[in-house]
Amino acid sequence: MSIVNEIRKFIEENFILEGDDHLGDEDSLLEKGIIDSTGVLELVAFLEETYHFKIKDEELVPENLDSIKNISQFIQNKLNFSRESVDREDGRS
Amino acid sequence: MLVQNFLEESAHRFPNKVALIHKGERLTYQEVDQKANKVAQWLRSQGIQRGDRVAIFLDSSAESVISLFGILKADAIFLMLSPTLKTQKLSYILNNCQAKALITHTNKLGVVSGVFGSVPNLQFVIFTGNKDKIPTSGCPNPIFWKEIDSLCSNNSSNPSNSINSQHVTCNSQPETRNSTSASDLQPPTSNIDLDLATIIYTSGSTGNPKGVMLTHLNMISAATSITTYLENVPEDIIIDVLPLSFDYGLYQILMAFKFGGTVVLEQSFAFPYKIIKQMIKERVTGFPGVPTMFAILLQMEDLKKYDLSSLRYVTNTAAALPIEHIKRIRDAFPQAKLYSMYGLTECKRVSYLPPDELDRRPGSVGKGMPNEEVWVVDENGNRVGPGVIGELVVRGSNVMRGYWGDPEITDRVLKPGPLPGEKVLYTGDLFKMDEEGFLYFVGRKDDMIKTKGERVSPKEVENALYGLEGIVEVAVIPLPDDILGQAIKAYIVRRNGYSLTEKDVLRHCKKELEEFAIPKYIEFRDSLPKISSGKIDKLTLKQEIGQ
Repeated sequence: MSIVNEIRKFIEENFILEGDDHLGDEDSLLEKGIIDSTGVLELVAFLEETYHFKIKDEELVPENLDSIKNISQFIQNKLNFSRESVDREDGRS
Repeated sequence: MLVQNFLEESAHRFPNKVALIHKGERLTYQEVDQKANKVAQWLRSQGIQRGDRVAIFLDSSAESVISLFGILKADAIFLMLSPTLKTQKLSYILNNCQAKALITHTNKLGVVSGVFGSVPNLQFVIFTGNKDKIPTSGCPNPIFWKEIDSLCSNNSSNPSNSINSQHVTCNSQPETRNSTSASDLQPPTSNIDLDLATIIYTSGSTGNPKGVMLTHLNMISAATSITTYLENVPEDIIIDVLPLSFDYGLYQILMAFKFGGTVVLEQSFAFPYKIIKQMIKERVTGFPGVPTMFAILLQMEDLKKYDLSSLRYVTNTAAALPIEHIKRIRDAFPQAKLYSMYGLTECKRVSYLPPDELDRRPGSVGKGMPNEEVWVVDENGNRVGPGVIGELVVRGSNVMRGYWGDPEITDRVLKPGPLPGEKVLYTGDLFKMDEEGFLYFVGRKDDMIKTKGERVSPKEVENALYGLEGIVEVAVIPLPDDILGQAIKAYIVRRNGYSLTEKDVLRHCKKELEEFAIPKYIEFRDSLPKISSGKIDKLTLKQEIGQ
């Protein structure tokens, strides 16, 4: 499953109730009332467990977490970055 | 003296001072005042009369603030509703108070359109947001917010731009103010301070919310007492992340406008780093919070690396701060004063602990605030002495008028006071006072657990659990039990990186609590459900297990 779909699945399973409007990839989770402050904590726990990275305090910002699109982009960047570091450690570039 | 005078006088003293900062938009006192005047003019022209109820159903925004003052200036009563309300509750509230008008956002249509058929008293709806999304049918007299701004300029009666092509005029009797447009002028008012300013709906144990009626005098009295003990000055800059539907959040605006300060308005604590950045950028001096917000904040790795030196005071209410968290907050913001406070919507606030008492009495919520009296009574209403647990009674001009449309429940909490005709508030909260008159919250009268014949306060168990390192949040609820009568269940949220087991928790409890107060059931969770004020939602927890 692609990252976008994994995120969407998690959000739909945990936060969306029947009868809610369809959630677009770019819709703000906060403004749509899908997620609140404790919801963000659950989301962070899920991301850290699923993708095996640590999210820093400074990364807890809407640009990284407030829409399915933003979250996917954020994860992709994190994964690319760690892959690059691994390559560099191996002596490759 | 009326609540809107706070705004009007600050607009007179500091017209060009920034009153409100929201999503990058900065509004001066004069701008807020003039926009509120326009809203008032328009509401009157649409038939809103003295004492009518107008509801505001918006996320925290400049429009929320402008609307509330506009409604007050029209001699009407504002209702700041929780933006997370769903259709059924929204409908209930609008019908309960027979609201004549609603101010909302097009992004709330999912919830709002559901009420159109079922609220007969609703005459018109003002929409902010996207003009194209405004419904063209089904909705009573919809109007676009921006058109109110343009309708009333130059005091002329132009054919309007409103959706229904109503011919709208804005009439005002010019007052002697320096203003370019007559409609920017303050509308004349007939209200006196005994009249209602707002109705705040608060959760009831029966399930349906109750409307707390507050007069202008109630609100002014409370705001005056609070700004006195917080020692507020015009230089104060408050960050308000609390919902405006919660009196704690609403009063940040009212108080700031009273003393001529600035409010940084934020919608959510979901992204704490964003809030910290705002606090640094705007050099915030005052930070009102609730325990759940502080719990989230304290999960961040190292608060001390941020320059929050501008912070002068931090306040807490809604629920008690665990003593462990009090220590960590004072550690994170060493130059700020921390105020532990207690109150209820029915009288806004009751008490505060002077910050220099925190070392000696961290578990106390202090003494009654200025211009107020409190005492503790037994089941017969007789005052009790120090150390004796009883119900807290509050006397003062901050005590509500009653519950809207519910004289029966009102009479259960507002009872005769010392002077003829006066009423005092029976809080339904159990307290004890120490020898020096400092108050200690014991629990809600109706929340006490009866187990093995003993009364246990859920709070007492929660406090004991907070003393165990690694526990961030706790909720204790009773469960029926064949043998014990009621059994105690504790829901626990552990701090990141702590792998406490049930055994660890029980070991700790055995040290801290009497045997009958030790939880029979323990459940670890990643998070606990909250209600809109940020308090832990025990009702949902109970419902999950069929209570």
